Amino acid sequence: MGSSVIEFHLDQRSGLSPYRQVVRQVRQALRLGLLHEGDQLPTVKEVVAQLAINPNTVLKAYRELEHEGLVAARPGVGTFVTATLADASLTAHGPLRQELRRWLAKAHRAGLDDESIEALFLETLRTAAQQDIA
Amino acid sequence: MIWLAWRQFRASAASATAALVLLAAALALTGPGLAEEYATELAACASVEGGGGCSVPGQRFFRDHRTAFFAVTGLVLAMPALIGMFWGAPLVAREFEAGTHALVWSQSVTRTRWLATRLGLVGLAAVTVAGLGSLLVTWWSPPLDTAASTLSRMEPVLFAARGVVPVGYAVLALALGVAVGMLVRRLLPAMALTLAVLVAVQIAVPALVRPSLLPPVRSTIEISETNAAGFRVARVGPDRVTVDAGDTGAWLLSSRTVNASGRVVGTVDVPTSTGPCGRSPEAGPGECLAEMTRLGYRLQVTYHPASRFWPLQWIETGIHTLLALGLAGFCLWRVRRPS
Amino acid sequence: MTAAVRADGLGKRYGRHWALTDCALEIPVGHVVGLVGPNGAGKTTLLGLASGQLAPTTGDITVLGDRPGAGPEQLARVGFVAQGTPVYDRLSVADHLRLGSRLNPGWDDALARRRVQRLGIDPGRPAGRLSAGQRAQLALTMGLAKRPELLLLDEPVAALDPLARREFLQGLMEAAAEGGLTVVLSSHLVPDVERVCDYLVVLVDSRVRVAAPVDDLLATHHRITGPRRDPARLPGDRHVVSASHTDRQSTFVVRGDAPVHDPTWITGRIGLEDLVIAYMDPTSTTVRTERDGHRTTLRVLR
Repeated sequence: MGSSVIEFHLDQRSGLSPYRQVVRQVRQALRLGLLHEGDQLPTVKEVVAQLAINPNTVLKAYRELEHEGLVAARPGVGTFVTATLADASLTAHGPLRQELRRWLAKAHRAGLDDESIEALFLETLRTAAQQDIA
Repeated sequence: MIWLAWRQFRASAASATAALVLLAAALALTGPGLAEEYATELAACASVEGGGGCSVPGQRFFRDHRTAFFAVTGLVLAMPALIGMFWGAPLVAREFEAGTHALVWSQSVTRTRWLATRLGLVGLAAVTVAGLGSLLVTWWSPPLDTAASTLSRMEPVLFAARGVVPVGYAVLALALGVAVGMLVRRLLPAMALTLAVLVAVQIAVPALVRPSLLPPVRSTIEISETNAAGFRVARVGPDRVTVDAGDTGAWLLSSRTVNASGRVVGTVDVPTSTGPCGRSPEAGPGECLAEMTRLGYRLQVTYHPASRFWPLQWIETGIHTLLALGLAGFCLWRVRRPS
Repeated sequence: MTAAVRADGLGKRYGRHWALTDCALEIPVGHVVGLVGPNGAGKTTLLGLASGQLAPTTGDITVLGDRPGAGPEQLARVGFVAQGTPVYDRLSVADHLRLGSRLNPGWDDALARRRVQRLGIDPGRPAGRLSAGQRAQLALTMGLAKRPELLLLDEPVAALDPLARREFLQGLMEAAAEGGLTVVLSSHLVPDVERVCDYLVVLVDSRVRVAAPVDDLLATHHRITGPRRDPARLPGDRHVVSASHTDRQSTFVVRGDAPVHDPTWITGRIGLEDLVIAYMDPTSTTVRTERDGHRTTLRVLR
């Protein structure tokens, strides 16, 4: 892999398609500051040879990242990071976490156990996402 | 493709070459001695007045070397079976059994070319080995063949082990082995079936086919102790008279006794209690035979004379070659249409 | 664009047994295609027909626009790794590469040597003494180095341990990433198929049950659960792939674009493995054929 900055991993039990996992791992790396502008993503061939996944999956993930303006493909050279997600979201984490803690305390007082809280959270997240699409 | 065909055949070719070299060495070492020994014995017989010690010249010599003679003859007879079983049957059956046909058939070479090349190479080797083997034995054996006066080279056992016929059998055996392997697709059953069919062919051809390859000579001869046309009375009895080919070298197909009116008879109607055919110890069979002749009994024989050795050899070799080509054609047709 | 594999009314019979029946299929080029189905469903037969190893009993099959095995040119365009990845036990690895170079005009010797070297296989070793994984890799090398446009593989990883399987698929995907290669591989290991394939063909009971890009399949199939009801009374225009019922509840795997809006129904996504299993389920269609000798009885499910 040599020059590559990050390495992908695939969790087949996550329920996420391999392509989503690649997209998510790039985003995460951007968010955590592992990837900077100008870094080269592993080539499709490298990813494929490492993960034993379909090349079209990697291409599709890279296309999506490109569409989001996070990376840019330079034909014949590779795919390079053009933006970063790190600063904006990382600073927002603190206050959000505090708010969530307060909300969790409220939920416990209302008699919800951890499992019910998790189900409620996931259900709400999903319906919100569906409403956004619709 | 030739490279692969050779690469797969290399080991077999090496062992065949080794076997031929061993045979050649053995025959080359013993051949000249054999000829010399035979000549010495014939000379010794001739020097004895009246041929006293040698009632049949060369008999002792033949007895001394009988084992070698039959071993070498047997080797030539077994050669086609060995070729069919170990070269023919495995040629495609082993590929089917190991699944490697799928590997080689997915290279950029048509199946027809694949099989044709391999058949060609192994066929050439079979012709060479059988030809050289037969040539060596045909060179080595004449003293013994001559000495074995009761066994002419026209007889089935020797006919198939001398001259060019072994080559015909070899190519037939090879093609048969390949065809059987093609149909059976498993190595051991293919080898066993090849052997069974070949043995059947080696029995059926002299029994049913070879006699009628050329019209046999028919003649009616007088019954006497030293018979006309070189046939010799082998047995005399009240039931019948039989003859053998003696040293004429002919291949006797049948001998029947006929009576004065030309009818085939099973028994010779002569009195055996009295008269020339009576059991008087001092009278030899000669008088009895003369009596039979006087009564009008004759012998009707059909045979192939010794002079037909080569014509029959070539005809039979031609037939085997055609059969082999037919089988090869079947294999090439079949390999294009696998089930 | 010519299809990688196109079949029409394709059937193959062995004696009385039909190994493949009325197969209609069109696989576009450029995909890595997974051919899945239970054992004896006809996967090997279909690949045998596509590679030209077998001749069809009925119907037609064209591969890259030509009859399979039609001649040396067609053979050069299609690679085939047969079930059990056969190699010549007595020939060395180097002999195999030599065989490939002698028998294939487009042989890429550099690629073959590179692959063998990287796998750490001693070229002088007889193929009969290789491990199962190495044998499979050698067979794959033979298939790849002839530089085919289409590579067919019949259960290539079935006999391999997880590590060897991963290494095999890595090599295969690396070759696929170079472009210009369509791959069709049969497997009954759906997780592997999910990983490497972007097109799926499900073959059940000698028939093609479904053939489509994996993404399309995942987007159009859902699992819906709700109060028990007859599949015919499902809302919307949906094809029921499989159904199971308890006294109170019905669960369906359905194909259809529109989402279910009925609030009494829970719609969920379905993974590829469950989807394949739904199609492999013998009750997955409303009509099931039962083989008993010649007779075919039809049983309509409630």
